[in-house]
Amino acid sequence: MIKRGKGDFIIFALPTLICFTVAFIIPFVMGLYLSFTSFTTVSDATFVGLQNFISVFKSGGDFLASLKFTLLFTLVSVLTVNIFGFLLALLLTSSVRGKTFYRTVFFMPNLIGGIVLGYIWQLVLNGILKNFGVTLTTSEVYGFFGLVVLMNWQMIGYMMVIFVAGISSLPTQMLEAARVDGASYLTTLLRVILPNLKESFTICLFLTLTNAFKLFDQNLSLTGGAPSGKSSMLALNIYDTFYGSVGREGIGQAKAVIFSLIVALVAFLQFYLTRERGNKKWQKDKY
Amino acid sequence: MAKRQILNLVKSLFLIFLSALFIFPIAVIVINSFKTRFEISAAPFVIPNSNTFAGLENYITGITETGFLSAFFYSLFITVFSVFAIVFFTSQTAWYIVRRKSRFTKMLYYAFVFAMVVPFQMVMFTLSKTANFLNLDSPLGLVFIYLGFGAPLSVFLFCGFVKTVPLEIEQAALVDGCGSVRTFFLVVFPLLKPISTTVSVLNAMWIWNDYLLPYLIIGSEYKTIPIAVQYLRGGYGSVDMGALMAVLTLSVIPVVVFYFFGQKFIIEGVAAGAVKG
Repeated sequence: MIKRGKGDFIIFALPTLICFTVAFIIPFVMGLYLSFTSFTTVSDATFVGLQNFISVFKSGGDFLASLKFTLLFTLVSVLTVNIFGFLLALLLTSSVRGKTFYRTVFFMPNLIGGIVLGYIWQLVLNGILKNFGVTLTTSEVYGFFGLVVLMNWQMIGYMMVIFVAGISSLPTQMLEAARVDGASYLTTLLRVILPNLKESFTICLFLTLTNAFKLFDQNLSLTGGAPSGKSSMLALNIYDTFYGSVGREGIGQAKAVIFSLIVALVAFLQFYLTRERGNKKWQKDKY
Repeated sequence: MAKRQILNLVKSLFLIFLSALFIFPIAVIVINSFKTRFEISAAPFVIPNSNTFAGLENYITGITETGFLSAFFYSLFITVFSVFAIVFFTSQTAWYIVRRKSRFTKMLYYAFVFAMVVPFQMVMFTLSKTANFLNLDSPLGLVFIYLGFGAPLSVFLFCGFVKTVPLEIEQAALVDGCGSVRTFFLVVFPLLKPISTTVSVLNAMWIWNDYLLPYLIIGSEYKTIPIAVQYLRGGYGSVDMGALMAVLTLSVIPVVVFYFFGQKFIIEGVAAGAVKG
């Protein structure tokens, strides 16, 4: 192995570690502790046990409503973004001209910030909805579909790029073999391309899942939670609990803890499920 | 043969239509930024005529009202320095973690993986208090925080790549008398170039567009571009739609121009990151 210099830790790991401790570990531990206290600034925290967590579910049910909104939004946008992204990738790996141009255009929305995206779509969607005498904030249903449209516009290109990379790396002999065996396009797609893109699907699923679940900027700028917080997703709901009124910081922190647990659970579940399926596939191939 | 040509024509027409759909929202913003403020919400899809054309008026209002120019430079400063710091320091940390296998480095690695999953809201309040307490509430201080907060994903990506660097190369450097510092910077770091591109692109996209973190930590004194946009919209009273359109255009155009020049790097960086991750 490499010679072990005594000073290596200080040179290589310490700067990152100090910043990581300040930016993440300390705030995380403090946050965990504060969720069991009542506070307005950090120094006046008094221990209240599980009171905050009880309040989260008791006070008006806004948290559960935004949890429901978030879950529904995540489900719809994960499905649509991945399906459209995959179909576009198929199209752009077939024989068409100007692939680079299309790839460039479809990926572009990714570089625009969430706040800016939200206001762009607010103008466009309100301009369309005006013809029907409603706005994005008339009902949370419009906000919901507005967010889905925005999310698709932003993330389809990203997923497309990952799927294109996956499809391009498939061995050509494999596709050739399918063609020689007289497989139709649909058979090739279902039996050859799809089963060999598990890895791409895992990554895309993970990225869309976490992005949709943690969405904040776009939510803040597109509807700001209107009408009366009904189109708030979890992140915005927590933000409003912290900064929308004084004295509910403890509850906000408790919500954040629950939010973290849900995200961790979803991430773990997804990794577990995709890995399991991957193993089974591998075993089936082996025998 | 004819059937194939028709199919290709249909495909191309569809893709052109879709491209137009992708560009349309941005075009709407650009066009509306030249209209007088009251015409914007009333008729967003109408091209300005001689009555509704506002010239550069919206741009002048938007830039002065938000301090857009200084916001642009704060965004640039914070993004450039944070990305440099992240690439410089987290590549070293990742190398240390991969090459010095111990219980401690393993724990460190899992701490980073764990931090990747935790949503920002969990540390939102306490991080802004910590930053205040440590006097990190300045653009330079924010660079430190971005290094800490960007470290998990970046270390993770670098670790995946360092594992593929053959150990023999490092041993050769060692035999030639390089210490660990020279081994890393002269031998290993140049080999990490592909993943360094990925890490730079992903972090630049994130930091340039990040709103909540800079808003909570330096927002009361310094505005980055997303804060400037939200400031224009977030105030009470009526919103100057003209100024908003101008500021939106100004925040989109530099990114799009930059993107068209570097799209190869950016897209390949993102695709490579996804495959490694």
